[in-house]
Amino acid sequence: MFAVIQFPGSNDDRDMRFALKSALGVEAQLVWHKERALPPGTNAVLLPGGFSYGDYLRCGAMARFSPVMGAVRRFAEAGGPVLGTCNGFQVLCEAGLLPGALLRNAGLDFVCDWVHVRVERAAAPFTSRAPGQILRLPIKHGDGRYFAAPEELARLERAGQIALRYCAPDGSPDDAANPNGSADRIAGVCNARGNVMGLMPHPEHAAEPLTGGTDGLAILGSLVDAVRGGG
Amino acid sequence: MDLAERSRDAVRGDPPVDAALAREHGLSDEEWKRILEILGRTPSYAELGIFSVMWSEHCSYKSSRTYLRTLPTKAEHVLVGPGEGAGVVAIGDGLAVIFKIESHNHPSFVEPTQGAATGVGGILRDVFSMGARPIASLDSIRFGPLEDPKHRMLLRGVVHGIGGYGNAVGVPTVGGETGFHDCYRGNILVNAFNLGLVEADRIFLGQATGVGNPVVYVGSKTGRDGIHGASLLASAEFGDETEAKRPTVQVGDPFTEKCLIEACLEAMRGDALVGIQDMGAAGLTCSSFEMASRAGTGIELDLDRVPQRAAGMTPYELLLSESQERMLLVARAGEESRVLEVFERWDLDAVVVGRVTADGRMRVRWHGATVVDIPVDPVAQSAPICDRPRRPPADLGERQKLDLASIEPEGDPQGALEQLLDSPNLGDKRWVFRQYDSLVLGNTVLGPGGGAALVRVRREDGGATGKALAMAVDCNPRWCWLDPHAGAIAAVAEAARRVACTGARPLALTNCLNFGNPEKPEIMWEFAEAVRGLGEAAAALGTPVVSGNVSFYNETAGRPIFPTPTVAVVGLLGDVERRAASGFPATGLALVLLGETREELGGSEWLALRRGREAGLPPSVDLAHERRLHGLLADAVAGGVLRSAHGVSDGGLAVALARCCFAASIGARATLAEPPRVEALLFGESNGRVIATTGDLPRLLALARAAGVPAQHIGETGGSRLALGREGGAPWIDVELSRLAAIWSAAIPRRLEGS
Repeated sequence: MFAVIQFPGSNDDRDMRFALKSALGVEAQLVWHKERALPPGTNAVLLPGGFSYGDYLRCGAMARFSPVMGAVRRFAEAGGPVLGTCNGFQVLCEAGLLPGALLRNAGLDFVCDWVHVRVERAAAPFTSRAPGQILRLPIKHGDGRYFAAPEELARLERAGQIALRYCAPDGSPDDAANPNGSADRIAGVCNARGNVMGLMPHPEHAAEPLTGGTDGLAILGSLVDAVRGGG
Repeated sequence: MDLAERSRDAVRGDPPVDAALAREHGLSDEEWKRILEILGRTPSYAELGIFSVMWSEHCSYKSSRTYLRTLPTKAEHVLVGPGEGAGVVAIGDGLAVIFKIESHNHPSFVEPTQGAATGVGGILRDVFSMGARPIASLDSIRFGPLEDPKHRMLLRGVVHGIGGYGNAVGVPTVGGETGFHDCYRGNILVNAFNLGLVEADRIFLGQATGVGNPVVYVGSKTGRDGIHGASLLASAEFGDETEAKRPTVQVGDPFTEKCLIEACLEAMRGDALVGIQDMGAAGLTCSSFEMASRAGTGIELDLDRVPQRAAGMTPYELLLSESQERMLLVARAGEESRVLEVFERWDLDAVVVGRVTADGRMRVRWHGATVVDIPVDPVAQSAPICDRPRRPPADLGERQKLDLASIEPEGDPQGALEQLLDSPNLGDKRWVFRQYDSLVLGNTVLGPGGGAALVRVRREDGGATGKALAMAVDCNPRWCWLDPHAGAIAAVAEAARRVACTGARPLALTNCLNFGNPEKPEIMWEFAEAVRGLGEAAAALGTPVVSGNVSFYNETAGRPIFPTPTVAVVGLLGDVERRAASGFPATGLALVLLGETREELGGSEWLALRRGREAGLPPSVDLAHERRLHGLLADAVAGGVLRSAHGVSDGGLAVALARCCFAASIGARATLAEPPRVEALLFGESNGRVIATTGDLPRLLALARAAGVPAQHIGETGGSRLALGREGGAPWIDVELSRLAAIWSAAIPRRLEGS
């Protein structure tokens, strides 16, 4: 069973649930942020996009204090897979479960668009289905500029923790394809253990041909594979 | 001592109420007399405030009501027409859509970001207060020229406001229009549309039924913001003192709104709620009066229980505050705890502030004293109706005069096309809509940038219906200035045509009527003419008017905006898998022009940009043809014959072809018969035309013939160039798409650079 955490201000929580259900046949349950425990039988946790607590302070800075985050942290420390998209990525960074931070977009404006990302790390539980693939995914955020100190970036690179990079449609590195000024064009990272990942693009909004494509299933499907395989 | 005196005694600092103070509140001497008659005494200060907002143009529609009554509002599929928060239309499967468009012009000019943001917030509340989950927003925004730094700032501010609110609240902005004209230099327009989805038997109305039922206040605390927004800001012209009105603009809080949406929808699931309404314009006052009036009841309020943001607020301030993100609920007696629990879970204030009474009076208490005691119906329903004088503008004949023979023919069609594509009105609006989340909720099939938006219909539990809703917003203000009757007809026709281009059948419309000062006979004439046109078109196209909003006094220093009756049409597509794209979807398709091109250059972009004239009569609209065309499009899409369809509008055929090419960077080659005037063929804006593509030309032509719609095979899609040529001669236009696209894409960004 997948748990989708619902913070006040989460917007893509239901979308994530519908995508898992309709495209992958996976049941997901919304878990209210005031819960102190995850539902029994939870084998993956998703932190959805949105504007938790309005993002009036730094994005994700309030949500990390939500009661449910203690349970999410314990789940992650026990090796359970935790995926944060957009605001969920921001929350995971604020909570210290992922390295780095997400700053205001370089262009200062909110950006809603389809972008291409190259899968830099192909491994369970998030990207096993997509080794080296170029995925077309939507982004929609005002604060998606990934930041980490240069030495930290070098360390992440060496440790293979950089999961996704913005790229040109053919996969080539292109600064013009970096929609928000992210350091090293980073669109997604994972923790050292590899069981916690965050990304700014929205795989749940690329889950069916009718609404723009199915490339997001490479990520969500990998997670499903990992869970079904007992990973 | 009567109520007014006792109230003054209780509320120290309230000024004495007299005719002069009433005048300062925007009430006429006649209205003042009427108030004295209704009450049989002098009103208290709070009561004066109530009359002033309830009888303001914004809340009472006193200048417009007589005309609005003439609009067609009924049809079998219309479940709720105008008068409620928004209109409700059945779409089958036990579902209905609730939609409305509303203006927030004045606040957005005074404070663009908050003004636009709260416009979005207000329209959302109108929709979800009726039980619907808001699933799609559109907007229509108009500014002065971008050469004016103030208007660059206003554009940025408004777009930030719409995006900042809509994105955070999690409702996609799926389309809209952005226009520029000198007439908006002193008064921009911000019209916000929202559509929600509801189970047809779970619609909530704004009514205070059930004597003894508790009245519940939920949402944000009440502050001093927005007092007299409706009466002073929305119901008067702008002058030099506009800046001083900034405090009357409210501040939006999309986070609270998001929680309010979820909590209200949750509270509506059981049977604990009997009525609910947004506290919008005129706040607590308007919502409680309207709810009591609709139910034929009264309401007793205890202001001391109202959650307050500031200390020491007076009854006057509490009753007139327009603080955002507040709702008034009526719960079933004994069930209120179930309602309160839901809001508590969402950490929202929810307080019982009064109860429904049987005596038809609004009674308000504060600090132990009764400060308001007035009969509901005379305030809510008997607002004065103004039969304002009307007169065509003296220069109307001059405006409409256009001798084509005196207009120099176009010598450089390609240059003309490039200039049109570079104009902010016809240029790419990507700079605007890229700042809006158009994808959240996961239902966006066709997003911004095309003709109409197309949104899949998915039930609250995620269940599919296979259907989709198409929606488009439109107005050509220049046409409305030249001929408000014809302009309004064209607005309905074009919005419906764009909806029909997806394959959807237009169902109903909502309108936002933006005009100048109705006290001027010329403005009132324009208004009456526009409403007449709106009604004719709505009737002819089978799209009743289910909701709307009137915004008068859109003028500054005596200079009115062009009449701008913005129309949003909503249509239903039965099978979302069978739909037409907006632009060219593939190469090698046959290009077909549906409809007839006439020699119509009056009011065109070409005439304005290339010859510096805004004159003539707008292109005619044949509503019977229009209806046949819409039927043909729906049938052709359902039959799988149509691959794409794009209406021909501003900038004419050449611009429409270019836009079809841009969608997927697919070129086209079209050949047309040599016309008497090439600019009329390439850039004329004759109505009732659509550029269609098909892989089955004979069937499309046969369907068109059967429907009685003129159809002409003009070329093929493919290649990387747009070529428009005459039969057997050199082409008028033959250019690389990349060149045109670069010009088109830069139209807005290049004007914003360095500001």
